[in-house]
Amino acid sequence: MTAAQKHSGAPDHGAAPMAGTGIFGLLAEFQTVPQLMAAAEKVRDAGYTHWDSHTPFPVHGLSDAMGLKPTRLPYVVLAGGLTGGTVGLAMQWWMNAIDYPLIISGKPLFSIPANIPVMFELTVLCAAIGAFLGMLVMNGLPALYHPLLTNDRFRRATADRFFISIEADDPKFDAERTAGFLRSLGSSAVEEVRG
Amino acid sequence: MQKADITKDNLQLGAKAAKVTWLTGAIGLVAIAAAVIMGLLSPDGGESFATAYLTAFVFFLTLALGALFFVLLQHVTGAGWGVVVRRPAEAIAGVFPLFAVLSIPLLLNLHSLYPWTGAEAAGDHVLAGKAAYLNVPFFLIRWIAYFGIWSLMAAYFRRTSARQDSSGDPALTIKMERLSAPGMVVFALTATFFSFDVLMSRDPHWYSTIYGVYLFSGSVVGFCALLPLLTMSLQRWGRIQHAVTREHYHDLGKLTFAFVVFWAYIAFSQFMLMWYSNIPEETSWYLRRLSGPWSGFSLILLLGHFVIPFWLLISRGVKRRPATLALAASWVLLMHLLDVYWLTMPESSPSSLGFSLMHVLCLVGVGALMIAAVTYNLSRNALIPVRDPRLDESLSFENV
Repeated sequence: MTAAQKHSGAPDHGAAPMAGTGIFGLLAEFQTVPQLMAAAEKVRDAGYTHWDSHTPFPVHGLSDAMGLKPTRLPYVVLAGGLTGGTVGLAMQWWMNAIDYPLIISGKPLFSIPANIPVMFELTVLCAAIGAFLGMLVMNGLPALYHPLLTNDRFRRATADRFFISIEADDPKFDAERTAGFLRSLGSSAVEEVRG
Repeated sequence: MQKADITKDNLQLGAKAAKVTWLTGAIGLVAIAAAVIMGLLSPDGGESFATAYLTAFVFFLTLALGALFFVLLQHVTGAGWGVVVRRPAEAIAGVFPLFAVLSIPLLLNLHSLYPWTGAEAAGDHVLAGKAAYLNVPFFLIRWIAYFGIWSLMAAYFRRTSARQDSSGDPALTIKMERLSAPGMVVFALTATFFSFDVLMSRDPHWYSTIYGVYLFSGSVVGFCALLPLLTMSLQRWGRIQHAVTREHYHDLGKLTFAFVVFWAYIAFSQFMLMWYSNIPEETSWYLRRLSGPWSGFSLILLLGHFVIPFWLLISRGVKRRPATLALAASWVLLMHLLDVYWLTMPESSPSSLGFSLMHVLCLVGVGALMIAAVTYNLSRNALIPVRDPRLDESLSFENV
């Protein structure tokens, strides 16, 4: 994506054009945040699933208006943290108590307090890596190309316009009817984006 | 962006406050009087009273210290989200004058609490080396300084904010922001030395440079658990019902979670260094807490003050539902009490937990007087800073 704020919890699988149509989808421009919010609620209620909103800045409440489910990223972070902690403890146990037994400072070979700093650091490290990589994967990043970037109007998504894009591979998508639907929501311009 | 509509909110505590203040004030005085009489009648020369009173005094005082830190933090960071919960924090921080008075029973019992005050300290080489700091006159001077500084700081931020309620002058916000930064430094120094004086010097041979941070971290944990409970009580009484939303509770839950982890980090840092180097002058303090009934108590503290609240508060849902947050916050507050008990008691009661009716009386007494003072403070101004320039930001605050 561009610097435009991308409100999406789902992977972006839009790059492949629908066979036979040759288009990526429809892009509808809105002038104001309230218009965008109202339109997003209607698109959500109409049952579209492969669609997205694009705004120059974060808009509170847009996720609800779009009907986005809470992100599953926290579970990835939790799994990363638990993995890091477990690996950290197991590594020290194996190294210091099994593979190369060495008495340090008169402590037992396997001594939890001495192992906690390494466990803690690896928990934080793996949780952070989980958050970073999980965020990239769930957002479909890095994406070096996106069909929406071919649209000149879309440039203003980084400045002063708000957009809704509905992708052609959405089961409810119909080039004619969807375009009419978007216009009926008060869009100032609805354009076809080629895939 | 939905701004909470507070036009129908009741922003004043009103007549209800006077009733609560008188009732809790009376309960508090009766309980403390009963504890004092019990102490005078007991054959131990008042030691059981002094230690139980110290536990209660420090527990409630740390909540006020946490509140003062929170108010300073709000100003120093220019925080918008927390404007609607700042008045309750200011009210809790406003109890320092009360605690200055409540410290009289402690100051009359210094000899029961602090071995360095007594005759047995005379032949002690370690204590002779510390005598320039650990002596009664200097202790009293520091004590007056702590309570004077905290009272002044809390009063300044409460009064300036109250002045803004009538004038609406945004320059006052900038003034408070500027003063909060040096205020933080003063707070850190006074809270650290206070922890050394009031608790660490109970075992005057032992010292830990991180001790002040430890007590501070527990204080903020306790306060962060108390604030949502107080706000929920106000809402249950039909006050500020729309101003404080679950978005604010979510954030207070996050702060509690963060400081629970911070507490564990500091507690472990102190423990690990002493456990690892294993030299008697450092381990004595932990040995007392890891032998006899205190070892089980320490384990409960580890599980109850860190492991359980960690898993309770990590979930978004728990923090956003008032009922579950109240449960978690009450638990954390109870654990902070156990933490203070764990810091205070083993020095006078190494072979038993030493819990008695005296503790109940002192906790009820100091606690009830604190509720009276907080309620009185809350009734003096509107329950939210009605003309704070960041109020709108707080009212429309949402976690993304």
